Amino acid sequence: MMLLTVGSQMQFDRLVKAVDAWAIDNPSVRIFAQIGKTDYRPQAMEWVTLLGPEEYRKRFDEAELIISHAGMGTVISAADHGKRLLVMPRREILSETRNDHQVATAKWLPGHFGIRVAMDENELTQALEHWQDIAPCSSEDSDARNDLLAAIRQFVNG
Amino acid sequence: MKKRILAVSSGGGHWVQLRRLLPAFEEQDSAYVTVHADYKMDIPSGARFYAVRDATRWDRWGFVVLLLQLVWIFWRERPQVVVSTGAAPGYFALRLGKLLGAKTVWIDSVANVEEVSLSGRRIAKYADLWLTQWPHLATPTGPRYLGSVL
Repeated sequence: MMLLTVGSQMQFDRLVKAVDAWAIDNPSVRIFAQIGKTDYRPQAMEWVTLLGPEEYRKRFDEAELIISHAGMGTVISAADHGKRLLVMPRREILSETRNDHQVATAKWLPGHFGIRVAMDENELTQALEHWQDIAPCSSEDSDARNDLLAAIRQFVNG
Repeated sequence: MKKRILAVSSGGGHWVQLRRLLPAFEEQDSAYVTVHADYKMDIPSGARFYAVRDATRWDRWGFVVLLLQLVWIFWRERPQVVVSTGAAPGYFALRLGKLLGAKTVWIDSVANVEEVSLSGRRIAKYADLWLTQWPHLATPTGPRYLGSVL
């Protein structure tokens, strides 16, 4: 199973449509979608507007691949749980977000945990064609995280 | 000697980042403040937990409620160290902490890749340790980069 999640704040038709189009061509893959305020209604995926926290956690745990907007919450959860993660950033110019911070985030993400970033629908479809090649996010502690934990420990004790 | 720590954040990504810092507090006497009661399941059993009002810039009454809740929490907890990953609840908690003689740490959200957040810039002079999570945003006058939750 795959989980598509786009947060709850604004529509993200582009991502939901692109994944649904791929789902239509790949009926053997089950995809569950949490579409938030997206207007487009998926045809080949089971979907809801918003999952409660426990149901979300369950779906997240079950998923072999998480497809998401470039929200930090999802990125860090995927890292915590060692999930394969494919993200596409929201764009301000398309009224998908109020500022372009996801585009900035998406440019800096590759290199962290093995996250796969698609900047647009074409790249997303290509990534989905070979989704099994996406490496699971490393749930092991990174140097950067250990450094931050050490700095805070030192500050607290100092 | 255990330190009394108050760790504060708003919801979503801010809380997820605070959660990544939990190991730094586990040997201390810690209490957590955030905006959803559900998040209690994320903290270690034995740690204290408070849910407060989530206020935004456009919600003045929300700010008043949040501030009163924080004053009550400070009175109960008497924290020696206040830590926050943002946003509004952390901003007020650091201001209160500074006023009451606690040491304060602000960790700007990792989502702020191109510039430090507005609340991050405003809190700078009240944070004893003012951190960004991106090396390219660190400057000689702060914020500092000492690592990230990623």
